[in-house]
Amino acid sequence: MDRQIRKLGIALLVLFLIAFAQVNYIQVFAADRIAEDPANAQRQLIAEYKIDRGSILAADGTTVLASSRKSPGALRFQRRYPHGELYAHETGFYSFVFGRTELEQSYNDFLTGDAAELLPQTLTDLVLGRPKQGATIVTTLVPEIQEAAATAAQAEAGDVAIAAIDPATGDVLALVSEPTYDPNPLASQDPEVVRDSWDELNADPEKPLLSRSSDELFPPGSTFKLVTASAALENGFGPESLWPNPNELDLPLTDATIENFGGSTCSGGSQITLADALRQSCNVVFGAVGLELGADKLAAQARAYGFTAEAGEDLVPFDIPWTSGVFPAPETFEGRDPAVAISAIGQQDVAANPLQMALVAGAIANDGVEMQPRLVTEARDPSGRVIAEFQPQEFSQPLSPENSAALTQMMVGVVEAGTGTAAQIPGVTVAGKTGTAQHGEGENPHAWFVCFAPAEAPRIAVAVIVLDGGSLGSEATGGQVAAPIAKAVLEAGLGA
Amino acid sequence: MSRAAAPRGRTSLAPSVAFTVLALILSVGAYVIAGFGKRGQLPATFALYVTIFAAGYAGALVVTRAFAPRADPALFPTAAVLVGLGFAMIFRLSGGLAAEQATWIIVGLLAYALTLIIVRDARMLDAYTYTIGLLGLLLLLLPVAPGIGRTINGARLWVQIGPIGFQPAEIGKVLVVIFLASYLTQKRELLQVATARIGPFRLPPAKHLGPVLLAWGASLAILFLQKDLGASLLYFGIFVVMLWVATGRAAYLVIGLILFMIGAYAGWLLFDHVQLRVDIWLHALDPGKVFAQGFGQLAQAEFGMASGGIVGTGLGQGSPGLIPFASTDFIFAAIGEELGLLGTTAVLLLILVLVGKGLRVALHAPDGFSTLLAVGLSTLVALQAFVIIGGVTRIIPLTGVTLPFVSYGGSSLVSNFVLLGLLVRVSSGPMAPRERSRRLGLFERAEAERVGGSERVGEA
Repeated sequence: MDRQIRKLGIALLVLFLIAFAQVNYIQVFAADRIAEDPANAQRQLIAEYKIDRGSILAADGTTVLASSRKSPGALRFQRRYPHGELYAHETGFYSFVFGRTELEQSYNDFLTGDAAELLPQTLTDLVLGRPKQGATIVTTLVPEIQEAAATAAQAEAGDVAIAAIDPATGDVLALVSEPTYDPNPLASQDPEVVRDSWDELNADPEKPLLSRSSDELFPPGSTFKLVTASAALENGFGPESLWPNPNELDLPLTDATIENFGGSTCSGGSQITLADALRQSCNVVFGAVGLELGADKLAAQARAYGFTAEAGEDLVPFDIPWTSGVFPAPETFEGRDPAVAISAIGQQDVAANPLQMALVAGAIANDGVEMQPRLVTEARDPSGRVIAEFQPQEFSQPLSPENSAALTQMMVGVVEAGTGTAAQIPGVTVAGKTGTAQHGEGENPHAWFVCFAPAEAPRIAVAVIVLDGGSLGSEATGGQVAAPIAKAVLEAGLGA
Repeated sequence: MSRAAAPRGRTSLAPSVAFTVLALILSVGAYVIAGFGKRGQLPATFALYVTIFAAGYAGALVVTRAFAPRADPALFPTAAVLVGLGFAMIFRLSGGLAAEQATWIIVGLLAYALTLIIVRDARMLDAYTYTIGLLGLLLLLLPVAPGIGRTINGARLWVQIGPIGFQPAEIGKVLVVIFLASYLTQKRELLQVATARIGPFRLPPAKHLGPVLLAWGASLAILFLQKDLGASLLYFGIFVVMLWVATGRAAYLVIGLILFMIGAYAGWLLFDHVQLRVDIWLHALDPGKVFAQGFGQLAQAEFGMASGGIVGTGLGQGSPGLIPFASTDFIFAAIGEELGLLGTTAVLLLILVLVGKGLRVALHAPDGFSTLLAVGLSTLVALQAFVIIGGVTRIIPLTGVTLPFVSYGGSSLVSNFVLLGLLVRVSSGPMAPRERSRRLGLFERAEAERVGGSERVGEA
């Protein structure tokens, strides 16, 4: 029997070697592939909820936009958003069921402590058996400005979206979109609460999950004249260049015409200056400017400001997903001269959102240099040490310094004696541009206002859109509805 | 057949104590770490469980020294580490289950001690061949009996009498091994005779093939009546292995393998649940299949082990709660998740050591019955461990059996301790009758120590 027993021993040894090989396969060689199977998301999330996820702070470094606290539930930490709706579109939400969005997603590596900069900290936690702690990220959002913007937006009956940036750094000072949502129920540990909230938000015809200030696109209307005017200036037509001033512009190849707002004729005689045309927002003149410059030059100027040829190409980098403005490629205008004229006044094929228009205003305010929008300035480890700094980045130079000074003066004219007088602030020179954008037969126009202040040394650039004319409906203009809101944000920014 | 002389004389005390202390440290250590991993503090049950482990292992050591003085010093401690590791994992999964498992550990240790105390000589068991065989068969078939049988998780393995529910097959397996050892010792010469030839194989007369076919039939009956694939495979495997070891006829292995394949194929053809098992085995991780009925548990086991990687998440840091039956059938996967490849390798090595020690005991056993008994018991542990580990890791289709000594479960744990007691008994040899040692006195003891001592040096 001894021989058989020895053979049996060898056979069983082989059996266990096979098991050992298979365990090595599962736990080492194929481990990453198996563990990252989408069906294993639950385990990944449970592991993530064991981490003391880092906070998201406002620019002051003390106001907490999102933080984690210990939870008695099955998941060790609970995410909370102390200000509820106020910063929802920037922080995004952190949901056990629906994953992460916005900063919660784009800075997840820092917040969970997986970023390479946090390795020493993570190893210390591991050795000491402490829960892993994530990094805190500091945003550029200024609570006073964000609150003022939200208050002004809520005071208006219609849907409002606002973007405010610091022209010199591209820092996003405020980003508000009404209606918004409370991310707290989505971060609940009770899947029922999460699903109910999710269903309700998605069923809401107002689409509160969408940020109108950066996710959606609208015709920019007359605020786009800033881009057309930039193109004119860059191509040798100064602010005092004279343009014909009829009461309507015949569009080539068609019977269609472009009229000024309300069908009126701009004042100043049969020929008016470019500056005067901007002050009065003359569609007839800017349509002609567009035709004079042509699609190539207009498109190049728009591209320099960050407008892409098609929606969804990210030309200007940002810390959270966003949609930059759209100006179609020049070749699409071939044989469509009327479309060039109409696009020059920000209608038809042109689209933008408040963040895009704030970038345009910011570039004009910043000696012609457009900064990339920045939402996060630094990451700190749990002891408060700065482990990563995110420097301001230049995006482009759409304007020469001389032309930016000229355009600034033209925009000052708009607020001092043009369509934007509602944005005047005593003791402060405000530069601005109104817009009243048609978007479909029978729809009330979107009211826009784009501005910065002080004009001599700009500290804040603001873009506001009031959708569908807001409380004034079909009678709304950018100067009446949007300018007062922009003014409130400017005041908060200059006071802060 | 050459047979090594039975080891005689006490093995030295030091290795027994050292191994047992090591087993205690590992068991308590794993449990304390699990406590910290779970709550970040010393578990509230610390004093209670440490007392149970310390007193239990010490008691087992004392009984072993008293009633099996020449036992292999590593057998009990190896099993004890497996028990401790399993307990830590169970405690980590559920404090309530751990309390029950602790109770079963006490009962198991008592069963171990009683086995050593009652069975003074393994050959005692050889005297009751058919009584034990019938009892074993009865226990195996008990769950099928109407009234007391219970179907839990799709297999009819449970017996419920009043408030007490248990799986009689667990102890039935041990009895069947004893019966086979006894039966084959008596019949091995008959079964060795080869008269007929089929190809290269010489076969014994047809009437002696009867038992093989009978065992095959019994295994199939288990498969058909209880829908228990794992147990069926296990019994037949043990029978064939013991038959082969007893007779030295490779033909039995070949016939056994062919019969097994016929049985497995028939099972696959006849039973939907067998087909499903095979389907799950082959497609557990296919996209879209993962959430299908029945696939999830194996997928979760793979996810758990893969997430654990080489060093594991640490006890209390992973999510083995996501793995269904993590404390019983899937405990190997739970260990893989939290203790990583290091943990699973440790389990494989410990079982291999236990099985290797068991086969070594068989080689040194003083008589044919003891040898076959040790072979059978070792094979039982090895095959049962492989069936469940192979199932969990997708080497073979999954069939639900416990991982010996590690899984949660009273019937399984107590039976395994009885099995361990029998192995320790065989390894130590029969207790010397007291009057015999008194009569021969100093001479024999001196000689035993001299012989035993020199023989044992290499092993201790």
